[in-house]
Amino acid sequence: MFGVPLFPTQASTIAPQVDSLYFFIVAVTAFFAVLVSMLVMYFAIKYRDSTGLKVGADIHGSVPLEIGWSLIPFVIAMLIFAWSSVVYFKAIRPPDQTMEIYATGKRWMWRFQHTDGTREINTLHVPLGRPIKVTFTAEDVLHDLYIPAFRVKADAIPGRYSSIWFEPTKAGEYHLFCAEYCGTRHSGMVGTVYVMEPEVFQAWLSGGGVTGGTMQARGEQLFQQLACTTCHRADNTGRGPSLEGLFGSQVKLANGQTIVADEGYIRESILTPQMKQVEGYGPLMPTFQGLVNEDGMLSLLEYVKSLSAAGGSARQASAAGVAGAAAPPGDERSPQDQR
Amino acid sequence: MTTTAVAESPVNYLNVRHGVMSWLLTKDHKRIGLMYMVVVTLAFIVGAIFAGLIRIELATPEGDLVSSDTYNRLFTMHGIAMVFFVLIPAVPAILGNFVLPLMLGAKDVAFPKINLLSWYVFVVGTALTFGAMLTGGVDTGWTFYPPYSSSASDSNVFLTGIGVFVTGFSSILTGLNFMVTIHRMRAPGLTWFRLPLFVWAVYATSLVQILGTPVIAITVLMLALERVAGLGIFNPALGGDPVLFQHLFWFYSHPAVYIMILPPMGAISEVIACFSRKQIFGYSFVAFSSLAIAVFGFLVWAHHLFVAGISPYSALVFSILTYAVAVPSAVKTFNWTATMYRGAIWWKAPMIWVFGFLGLFLVGGLTGLFTAALGLDIHIHDTYFVVAHFHYIMVGGAIMGYFAGLHYWWPKMTGKMYSDAAAKVAAVLVFVGFNLTFFPQFILGYLGMPRRYHMYPPEFQVLNVMSTLGASVLGLGYLLVMIYLTYSIFWGEKAGANPWMATGLEWTTQSPPLPENFPETPIVTEGAYEYAKRETKVA
Repeated sequence: MFGVPLFPTQASTIAPQVDSLYFFIVAVTAFFAVLVSMLVMYFAIKYRDSTGLKVGADIHGSVPLEIGWSLIPFVIAMLIFAWSSVVYFKAIRPPDQTMEIYATGKRWMWRFQHTDGTREINTLHVPLGRPIKVTFTAEDVLHDLYIPAFRVKADAIPGRYSSIWFEPTKAGEYHLFCAEYCGTRHSGMVGTVYVMEPEVFQAWLSGGGVTGGTMQARGEQLFQQLACTTCHRADNTGRGPSLEGLFGSQVKLANGQTIVADEGYIRESILTPQMKQVEGYGPLMPTFQGLVNEDGMLSLLEYVKSLSAAGGSARQASAAGVAGAAAPPGDERSPQDQR
Repeated sequence: MTTTAVAESPVNYLNVRHGVMSWLLTKDHKRIGLMYMVVVTLAFIVGAIFAGLIRIELATPEGDLVSSDTYNRLFTMHGIAMVFFVLIPAVPAILGNFVLPLMLGAKDVAFPKINLLSWYVFVVGTALTFGAMLTGGVDTGWTFYPPYSSSASDSNVFLTGIGVFVTGFSSILTGLNFMVTIHRMRAPGLTWFRLPLFVWAVYATSLVQILGTPVIAITVLMLALERVAGLGIFNPALGGDPVLFQHLFWFYSHPAVYIMILPPMGAISEVIACFSRKQIFGYSFVAFSSLAIAVFGFLVWAHHLFVAGISPYSALVFSILTYAVAVPSAVKTFNWTATMYRGAIWWKAPMIWVFGFLGLFLVGGLTGLFTAALGLDIHIHDTYFVVAHFHYIMVGGAIMGYFAGLHYWWPKMTGKMYSDAAAKVAAVLVFVGFNLTFFPQFILGYLGMPRRYHMYPPEFQVLNVMSTLGASVLGLGYLLVMIYLTYSIFWGEKAGANPWMATGLEWTTQSPPLPENFPETPIVTEGAYEYAKRETKVA
């Protein structure tokens, strides 16, 4: 309106759902704001007394009114709560099949890695019409990956993995912000998301000049270099458990607990192996703290995930919300025909 | 209680003793209230200057006025100055100290020496924190989130943290003092349900101060230990958990919002009843909603962590509890509105500030419904939407409420009357300026502009310019308040004991009050707002 933007672009499947909720709450709150302020103004004018000497009516209150104006806001609030919770779960739970992208936030840049090995800094290229999951962490302090056009955001926390997912619905260029204050150049920790037609995206990927192979290959290489293979043998004859089919499966721990092997668990097992000892194995594994950086860790993660993808069944057993391993782009889902 | 002239004694609490030492060693709650006002006003001026610099910088998308490091210090110090040294102490420590014992018909608070001690503790905390600002400043954001604050920032985090830590004790001591005072010092006949609603609000606030403040104290201390001694508590690189800090921080800092808003709400109840010449509508509902807010306020902290990787199921719980705490606030608003129904509304300056409060608090409260909505908060979290929302509550609600109370009790505090016309102009300026400053920020937030940004994409400029223009009007409004209130101290007309013809024990003694408040302990025989009974005697 008059050159003033009032409303952000909707560029993901979740955006219209968030916006519908937004407009609903706008309508409800506008109604109450107008109602109460009109009443205040009406009473102020109608009952005005310029002398200060008159007295008001001797009214003390009304229990039915109190109950009424407690219950009505409560019911409306619960309605908003229910609706927003539905939107919330849609927004945080990715579909089963997603294209995986990895990211690391550090002061003051975002590094993205595609599974084919393509890397980019402060730009993120994604194809239209495909659900995409970005798994990320932070290297130094808290950051937050925020793409307003997709209405998604999550904190990047050192030592943990967070994720966002989105399915772009509109080709174009969108802002990418760091939304958690991180020091001097916080406002410079911004970038651009390029949503491209799938075939344009494929062309972009192949023209990316990838060196050093896919993330899976880099992970495998690290796996050899760090001598992980000495103990974690595929045939389960090593001193450590085999990692085949591990990702997404249930793991029984020495303390009797059973947990799901998700990204966080794999990271923790590499950095602080004694924290969750697998049942039947001794505390032999050394820590790899300081030996592998965040990008390498993500590659290792991608490699471990790939060991489950081959088996296939393990992935099906994974808990809802933990997305399965990534397949190379384009092989499992043909680009949807776009509007 | 009648409005017949109070016999005036030539001696009052202001002229009974003279000299600096008579102030620095006073145990009089009224003098201590004024001493708080001096420190808080200075902090407010400093915080407002920071805000002004922020708004000037944001008038253009580029970072051209100050460097990024300076900008980060400005918004951090604006937040720290305003939250810990203005909003939290303003109404309880200034107005509460002054009027609470008067409202109770008491000679002073229960522990006058501790009351003076808490002022000194506050001054020491203020000196440490503002000293830290002078010697390099601090750039962590007022939220002090680690690991940035504990390991990465090279600013004056330690000294600032210690300043906030020390100031907390002042808040705890004041809360304790008021709570005991309300329990033990009420005049004969002043039963709980005859108490003015301001007292109920201060009581609820004291509860939060006593229970919540120790948590922030220990949290800041842990942060200091991690920063100075390298103890791994919050930094993952040292084996700590940064989200733990956020839980602990907001366990205090969310209830702290109620420390800021409950006492102004109490002041609003007083002013509305007086200038509507009416019993407050639904007295017990307004009183208990204060307690409900105080209690529920402790159960909603993690709504600040919806995008910080907490379990989705705990997010559900915190969202629903947040909606629950909205209900008592709505109840208060409806009761205030209903109080005006069939009243005799006297349009004096304090009431104009109340109108402003109602309008702004309404917007602030209702926009909380957006931020509490899980699916929506993912988008608006840490954007200007949140900045606008909490300024509507803290400035539109708490500061407007403070000014309503200040204009109401000013004649009692100083014995002088300010210009009613100037005060009305200021109220309108503040209302208009405030809306122009912060309403565009809701739109900016929904567009996706993150908070704490020194530079921003050019398409956000028009809304930012509007906001900066609004801030200028807002600043003029505040300046005007300071001018006419200061003027009134020296040249204002004598106010008399009860210029508003209000009920309430504080209006039965002279203005300014006697050193020991009342010539003899009053005996209370009726409720707080019996305008209907009393006014017939005047007419």
